[in-house]
Amino acid sequence: MRSSVSVLIGGSAGQGIASIETLLTKGFKRGGFYTFSTKEFMSRVRGGSNTTLIRISDQPVNAPDFKVDIFVPLDTNAFFHAQERITNETFVVAKKGEYECDCVLYDYDLESLAKEIGNPIVSNTIAAAFIFGLLGCDGAVLREIVSEFYTDELLEVNLKALDIGTELARENGNCRYCIAPNSSMSPKNDLFLSGTDGVGFGAIAGGCNFISSYPMSPSTGVLTLLAKQSRNFGICVEQAEDEIAAFQMGLGVWYGGGRAITTTSGGGFALMGEGLSLSGITETPMVVYLAQRPGPATGLPTRTEQGDLELAIYSGHGEFPRIVLAPSDPKECFELTRKAFELADAYQVPVILMSDQYLADSYFTVERFEIDPISPVHHIVKTDPDYKRYLLTQEGISPRGIPGYGEGLVLVDSDEHTQEGFITESMSVRNEQHTKRLQKCLLIEKEAILPDVEADGDIAVVGWGSTKYIIKEAVERIADKRLSTVHFSWVYPLSESQLAPLQKAKRLIVVENNATGQFTKLLRLHGVSVDAQILKSDGLSFFVDELSEKIALLLKEIR
Amino acid sequence: MSTRFDRIVEDNAWCPGCGNFSILLHLKEALEEMGLDPLQCVVVSGIGQAAKTPQYMHVHMFNGLHGRALPVAQGLSVSNPSLTVIAEGGDGDMYGEGGNHFISAIRRNADIINIVHNNMVYGLTKGQASPTSQRGFKTPVQTQGVHVEPFNPIATAISLDASLVIRTFSGNKEHCKAMLKIAIEHKGYVLIDIFQPCVTFNKTNTFKWFKENVYVLPSDYNPEDKVKAFEKSLESHPFPIGVIYKSPQKGVLEDALRDESNIGSNPLYLHEVDFQRLNAEMDKYI
Repeated sequence: MRSSVSVLIGGSAGQGIASIETLLTKGFKRGGFYTFSTKEFMSRVRGGSNTTLIRISDQPVNAPDFKVDIFVPLDTNAFFHAQERITNETFVVAKKGEYECDCVLYDYDLESLAKEIGNPIVSNTIAAAFIFGLLGCDGAVLREIVSEFYTDELLEVNLKALDIGTELARENGNCRYCIAPNSSMSPKNDLFLSGTDGVGFGAIAGGCNFISSYPMSPSTGVLTLLAKQSRNFGICVEQAEDEIAAFQMGLGVWYGGGRAITTTSGGGFALMGEGLSLSGITETPMVVYLAQRPGPATGLPTRTEQGDLELAIYSGHGEFPRIVLAPSDPKECFELTRKAFELADAYQVPVILMSDQYLADSYFTVERFEIDPISPVHHIVKTDPDYKRYLLTQEGISPRGIPGYGEGLVLVDSDEHTQEGFITESMSVRNEQHTKRLQKCLLIEKEAILPDVEADGDIAVVGWGSTKYIIKEAVERIADKRLSTVHFSWVYPLSESQLAPLQKAKRLIVVENNATGQFTKLLRLHGVSVDAQILKSDGLSFFVDELSEKIALLLKEIR
Repeated sequence: MSTRFDRIVEDNAWCPGCGNFSILLHLKEALEEMGLDPLQCVVVSGIGQAAKTPQYMHVHMFNGLHGRALPVAQGLSVSNPSLTVIAEGGDGDMYGEGGNHFISAIRRNADIINIVHNNMVYGLTKGQASPTSQRGFKTPVQTQGVHVEPFNPIATAISLDASLVIRTFSGNKEHCKAMLKIAIEHKGYVLIDIFQPCVTFNKTNTFKWFKENVYVLPSDYNPEDKVKAFEKSLESHPFPIGVIYKSPQKGVLEDALRDESNIGSNPLYLHEVDFQRLNAEMDKYI
């Protein structure tokens, strides 16, 4: 059984939660703990009430619990905002008298302590050192990190704060949550990556050399990352006037031989529908990163949901093939983003890469993986004078030429077109071209990545995308031999072989972070019978403790 | 004259006498006389009768969606700056459906030529008002006459400091061709708004009407005087034609993005991934 500790920091925007998070996560990881952090926050630049959860363990930990072991509310609002997450064993660091709780209350006014040493801002560092000490972690590690983080006077006052926090921990050194790192494995040389980081670096590995986007939470991190890396990797970055233009510019780039991505969330993706359709008929590749947040419309702009699967699968007028991928962790974000470029290029289709606020903004300890240094395969041909962009071929793919490379002309048309690329209303040509496009689906299905299957119980808990590790740990915690998990990261189009593990199971429970069970509906279209669903659409991700209770409850009914 | 840009077209969708024929002819001749290679020319268009122009020429073509020629053209030109990229369409396509892209394209100043066939009416959808239809113009939809102010593309482009702003008339062959040549020659965004009659749906702004309602700017007119240019852009009945505004030398989008990303002048299809650097960058996340 894993041992883990969950630390929750709450406060308003601008109060410095991020700096505690950075100090603690770096400190824990360097101290030898597997570390995971996730955040939920309000849609405002200042004020409000936000939390960051840091969970550490002696074993890989990739999912959040709802109930927490240590809670540091930086203000009164934070306490009330997160009080449901407190148990009678939760250790709360707060001023006594301001609020009541059935918990272990440690009565410290961190802000006053910080003021005493000359800067109220360093209450965050006091809190970090206090938590670090209470968990029995090596204080020298945190000292090292603070020294890397700050310079001059700020360093001086932060080191003082560190001493105060460490001393407080010593005074209360009952080691209630003492945790020891794993002696046989260490994450010290692992990466600490968010889903956003995974997508950004995956795009770079996939040969992305152009991004055009309109900023929209929670997708903007990828735009920012690629902008930051622009000079290192030669990536042209242009902020578009709207999502329509962002997508269309990307198509222009692919038509010219580049590799473009656009990043957005549901509202922006809705505007890209016509672009998807254009990508479909013109067989111009495109990669879209769709980081979901709850809708409809503006919905809950900073929160999470898996509510746009049907939008991704069905948006765009007319019938054309597309690929929808939904990675589950930062490493898979890297791999599938890289693959998205290959697939788009090879099959001349739009590829939609789905994430959500939970995955985009959560940090995972990821083993430093090898990056295969194979340059992207460009599926571009040098044209000859007789080149036909939409040539009917045996294998079903028309070789893609680009303007200015070769002796032929590259004619691309949004109207139904002849093999040359000219507008036509010939029904027979329509049938030939339409069939050719749709038959790419069969080739694409052969590429489909099989779901990740764990354990061989007859009752399969099924999920897709970001919920993978929450489901896995929930099932692990229940420790019932009847259970297994089947997780999809390639969600569309679904192939027979992908569905085989589902046919094997006797009962299926599908877990989705939405209200209507969109993946369940897709499975049912393929004749898969789903017995139960666990759905959640309040704007938060699932939590391991919460989900394991729900699965356990269903298990009683299923028996 | 025959040009390397000619294509044998068996079935042209335009009405006999349509102004599009002369624009197509002037464009092909201009490209030919400037010695351009069809393999280096791309016409990106949207939807509408004007947007069919590349179907009838021997050039690369991206015939995309209504209103979306400009973003495609900009992306294309960034991906391969050595190409001559023309974004061509009608007044509804460029100023109506694509209005937001029009504004941003001018501001970005990509090295593209934006040819707009301006006949003050919708042709493909059969005769409704376009953004440039004059007040009072009656149509099957605007039954009591157009009640909104016509869009002034010239004034808009000048206010956004477009690199080059030209207006011409399809019926004045020499002028139109000369203006197209200036537009093609120019480095940076060019708006070339071409008045043309729609013989089927616009019985008000006819060939004769345009002929009587345009005048060629005198040779001593200075297009670099922005305030004067703006004054010219507000003139109507008659409308001035010629190079109305020329902004002082300004940088183009292609250079800006390539400088910012440090990639030099190669087309993007020659891009390589620096895996050593990728590993080094990722190691910073340890």
